[in-house]
Amino acid sequence: MAVQTPAPEDTVSTDRIEKRVVLRAPRTRVWRALTNAAEFGTWFRVKLDGAFIEGKAVRGRLSIPGYEHVTLELLVERIDPERYFSYRWHPYAVDPAVDYSAEPTTLVEFTLEDTDGGTALTIVESGFDRIPLARRAEAFRMNDNGWTGQIKQLAKYVE
Amino acid sequence: MSSKGSAAPLFAALGDATRLRLLGRLSAGGPLSITRLSEGTGVTRQAITRHLHALGRVGLVRHARRGRERVWDLNRERLERAKRYIDQIAAQWDDAAERLRAFVED
Repeated sequence: MAVQTPAPEDTVSTDRIEKRVVLRAPRTRVWRALTNAAEFGTWFRVKLDGAFIEGKAVRGRLSIPGYEHVTLELLVERIDPERYFSYRWHPYAVDPAVDYSAEPTTLVEFTLEDTDGGTALTIVESGFDRIPLARRAEAFRMNDNGWTGQIKQLAKYVE
Repeated sequence: MSSKGSAAPLFAALGDATRLRLLGRLSAGGPLSITRLSEGTGVTRQAITRHLHALGRVGLVRHARRGRERVWDLNRERLERAKRYIDQIAAQWDDAAERLRAFVED
């Protein structure tokens, strides 16, 4: 894709985000945190209304202060125990006045591997190039209107 | 017209496979002439020129003279702005991964 940041472990293009982190915890522990919906909800900060089951949708509401109005729907694609978990969703669907359901989704994939001292987790979100350009521009505008916390994170991320 | 205030024309200019490929080639090894940019693309020089002008209108690329040829290059600052959308989401994943770390490393 067109643009790559030079960061050694994380890459960003216009279509795809890839992050790799090493967690000092056994693979079984990380797997449960990812695929048990209640545990996922704790660290992701979303209240989900059901379990993750292949082919099934799970709905939820963010539990991040100031974002409690944001609802999510995760469509679980594949669960390959202790190795791979994936779902589709609508990224950045934070405006309650907008119906995002007709838009293309992105695919979120978690892959686990054993590594020295713990578990290597790779998170990939892909398919952004299919998201309508108007909405990408809209998110950009919202950012200008006060996503200051995110901009700080961004500054850390891009350099 | 280059429109600094609004991102919409910028994204419209990016929404084309040939233009994204042109940006990719310039990103990897610009500045390049139109002849070089059309090599191996199966797209005519005239079409490449049109796409470059579309990208130029929103400030993503610029041209300059190198000897007798005109060469095109990225305007990297403008491209950074185009990346911000995905960078916001990447930043959210950064936060989420750190919360996951705190959660499992206890």
